[in-house]
Formats: sequence, structure tokens, C-alpha cells
Amino acid sequence: MNSHLTRRRFLIGGTLGAGALALGGYGAVKGNVDVDAVLRSAEALTMGAQRMLLRHRPLAREFSEADISPTFRVNGTQAPDSEDYAALQESGFANWKLTVDGLVDRPQQLSLADLKKLPSRTQITRHDCVEGWSAIGKWTGVPLGLILQSAGLKPNARFAVFHCADELEKTLDGSGRYYESIDLIDAFHLQTILAYAMNGADLTVGHGAPLRLRVERQLGYKQAKYLMRIEIVDRFDGLWGGNGGFWEDRGYEWYAGI
Amino acid sequence: MSQEMTQSRSRRRVVLIRRHAVVTRLTHWLNVLCFCFLLMSGLQIFNAYPRLHWGQYGADADPAFIAIGASESDGEPHGFLKIGSISIPTTGVLGLSKMEGEWTPRAFPDWLTLPSYQDLAAGRRWHFFFAWVFVINGFVYLACGLLTGHFRRDLAPDRHELAPRHLWREIIDHARLRFPAGEQARRYNALQKLTYIAVIAGLLPLMVLTGLTMSPGMDAAFPVLLDIFGGRPSARTLHFISASLLVLFVVVHVAMVILSGPWNNMRSMITGRYAIRQEGPNA
Repeated sequence: MNSHLTRRRFLIGGTLGAGALALGGYGAVKGNVDVDAVLRSAEALTMGAQRMLLRHRPLAREFSEADISPTFRVNGTQAPDSEDYAALQESGFANWKLTVDGLVDRPQQLSLADLKKLPSRTQITRHDCVEGWSAIGKWTGVPLGLILQSAGLKPNARFAVFHCADELEKTLDGSGRYYESIDLIDAFHLQTILAYAMNGADLTVGHGAPLRLRVERQLGYKQAKYLMRIEIVDRFDGLWGGNGGFWEDRGYEWYAGI
Repeated sequence: MSQEMTQSRSRRRVVLIRRHAVVTRLTHWLNVLCFCFLLMSGLQIFNAYPRLHWGQYGADADPAFIAIGASESDGEPHGFLKIGSISIPTTGVLGLSKMEGEWTPRAFPDWLTLPSYQDLAAGRRWHFFFAWVFVINGFVYLACGLLTGHFRRDLAPDRHELAPRHLWREIIDHARLRFPAGEQARRYNALQKLTYIAVIAGLLPLMVLTGLTMSPGMDAAFPVLLDIFGGRPSARTLHFISASLLVLFVVVHVAMVILSGPWNNMRSMITGRYAIRQEGPNA
């Protein structure tokens, strides 16, 4: 046995040991090895790695007009199925108001006209569905950071929760209502906007009229449509399924950067 | 690899040489595990959207150059694999297969996906967990390969081995199932070296990079990925093609292991010891 082999053994031992530790740690806590919890540990690793790589807040690639998809697939809810939404749609969303509340100093009620008066940003970006398809569209809207700044965040604010008008799954307790959440790092990113226009026209009902979230650098299910209320919270485990979003409550990752 | 460990005193003059270092063996078997989990969970993910595009965007309304699906004609459902304009009937395996006795439209059948039933969220959890294990395992292998001289000593072909005449002779020998014996079996042959290099330096990094290009977060961190592969849909297509080539490699690799002495090969990849017959008088 030479020293060469010992060093290699050490390297291997280290790698295997780390893996065994992860497995054993979970096993010890749960009394048995919880496979799903072990698998989910990779999500923290992915988020940590991406947050490190994205620490200088680079922009997602912006494309040219020529790159826009001829047909942008409508996904999720095609049209919210409620009388309240139908009434809003009837009036051309003139009676619609976005509520911004929760852990803020000055809760807001913003009409579509109010939002359109604020400084806007237009970006041609790629929408990436978790299923694997992609579409490119042009989005115009208000940077979310501007709205959060004017509302004034309380010191314990950590997440923005987006409550939507659509129920994607019909349930008796209403837990099929769509919602999403992002943290403040994503909320204040330059490309995180509340979009009221797509490809130069007002948002269609299929794409989330009157207002949807665009949080580029994450997958499609984070881009909540039919926004009604933005609630600033310090934690989201008390909301619906407790995982921070409609699809998150159905097994998908909260951090959807991959 | 060729360091002599013990010398058998048997009359058959068989010597056991140390063929595979412990790092090679461990990373190899961990890779086998990763490959199985990544392939099956990858097919689960593919099933969520069984169409492949080229370019910066690609969805249902856009042309796909590879698609797996099911359609109905004469009241009979059938599965198909479409490559360009060619449609190949694949009922029973691709596009349409039986799940618990019921014909189900499904790109890859349940015995090839993880989980067997449709569950994209679970498929992604398996895939990304084993992707991390695979990448860490790969870096350990690369670091050790460089530090111990494994690549230089065992994998780099010399000029003689790269000569067309030599390569041609090896191809003929392989086709006739005549494998190196004796002293020549101490080292990888040139075809082995070139194949392993193509997999280690080509296909496997391509898998990782095309996989990362499908991540919107990674595209923001490294926009150059989109220029290299031509877009997220293109990267997804290349991910699928290089995975298919890896499956082909594994099939040939396992066939070669079986044809060239399964027990000796397996022992060398488990314990590191490989038996060769020595030519000439016993030293």
C-alpha cells in the first residue's frame, strides 16, 4: 500500500462519506430513509448553485422582434371560470384593481390605468415550460420593484405572493386556486415585471388578462396569470398546501430555475 | 494498470495484473447507477412533451423534426415515431403502449420510465438528484485521472496506435471477435481508447452542457450556451440524441464485455485484478 493509494482512498472515502451522510442523516431523523426527502435535497443544491452564479443579477437573454414565436401556446387556465372574472372582463377590466398588501407600509389599490401611467419595461424573452416546450414573446409592464418600493416593505418582508383569479383545479375547499410566490431577490430583478401587454397588444384572456407576472430566469409555472392581489409575507407555509404555489403544492420545485 | 500484483505459479502461466484503479472502479459503478436513473427519469420528462425542435423556440404549433405520438385511423389507435417526414409504426412500444392491460397513449412505455406512471414532478426530482451525483462523480474521476496519470498512461493513444493500418486491423479483429491476449491484453486497445475518450470527453460533457442549456437560470448566467447549441429547443434535441448515442455505447460496451470474457472483465472492474495468459517461458 503506497501513499498514492492512500490519498485516493481518502478522496473516495470523502465522496462516499458525504453521500452516506446525506442518506443517513435523513434516515436518522425519519427513522427510515425517506427517499423523497433525499431526492428533494438536490433542489437546495440547485438553488444555491444558481443563486451563486446569478449573484450579479444578469438579464435573461432578450431576443429581437424576428425571433418572436408565430403562435404562443396558451397554457394552464384558458379563461377563468367565475362570475366575478366574467364581470371584470365585460367592463374591459375598468373595474379591476390590483391589491398590494401584507407586510407593507402603504397598501395599494392600482387600476390598469394607474399601472399604465407608471414607467414601463418591454422585453422579448423566452417562456420555458416545465414540460419542455419554449415560446418567445414580447412583454410590456411595470417593474415589480417599483411597486414594492412605493408600497414600502416592512423589515420582515421576505416573499411576494401572487393571488390569481383562476382556479386551475376545481375543488370543494378552493385549494385549486392558482397562486405563486417569489423571494425578494427575484422580485427586485430588473426583468421581473407585471405585464399588461404582449406582442404590442393588451394581454388576451388566454395569456392572463389583465395582468400577469413575468419572472424571467424561471419556468413557466412561476409566471402567474390573472393577478388580483400581491401579498407580501415573511413565510408562505400557511397558505393553501404550504409550498408556495399551485404547482409546488403538486410536487414541483419552488425554485424553478431548472 | 499494468502494475503486476501476483504471479500465478500454475502450469497455465496465468498472471493476475492490477488493471483498474480503485477510483476507476468506484466511479464506474456509480456511473452505472446514475446512467440508469438518469435515462429512465429522462424518458419520463421527455414523455411530458414528446416532440423535439430546432431553434430558439419550439412548441405544439411549430414544426418538430422528431415526434412520438399516437393517432387513430380506421377506428384503431396506433403509435408512431416521426423523424422528419418519415413515420414509423411503433404501436406497443412508442406512442401507444399497454399500462395495466389498457392501451395508453404514451411516448415511452411504462417499463422504461421512472416512475412508471406519468409524474413529471417526480421524474424531475430523480433526474436532478442523479444529475448532481453524476457531475460530482465525474469531477472526482477527472481529477484523479489527471493527478494519477490514468489518462496519460492508459487512455492516450500513441502514434503507432493511430496509424490507419493499425486501426483497420483492430476493426477487423473486433469484427472477427478476436480480442487481444497475453501481453497485449495488459492495455486498452486503440478502439477502446478512442471510444472511451469520445464518451468521457465528448458525449458525457455534451449531456451536462445541453442539460444545463435547458435551464432558464443557467441561460441567464451563461448566455453563451444558447449560442453554442442554438437555443433551448435545440439543446433539448441534442440532449436526446447524445443520450441515444450513450445507450448505443452501453449496448456495445456490454456486448464486448460478454464476448471478450465476462468473468475476467467483471472481476477486473470489481476487484481490480485481471488475468492474462503469459506467452513464452515463465519469468
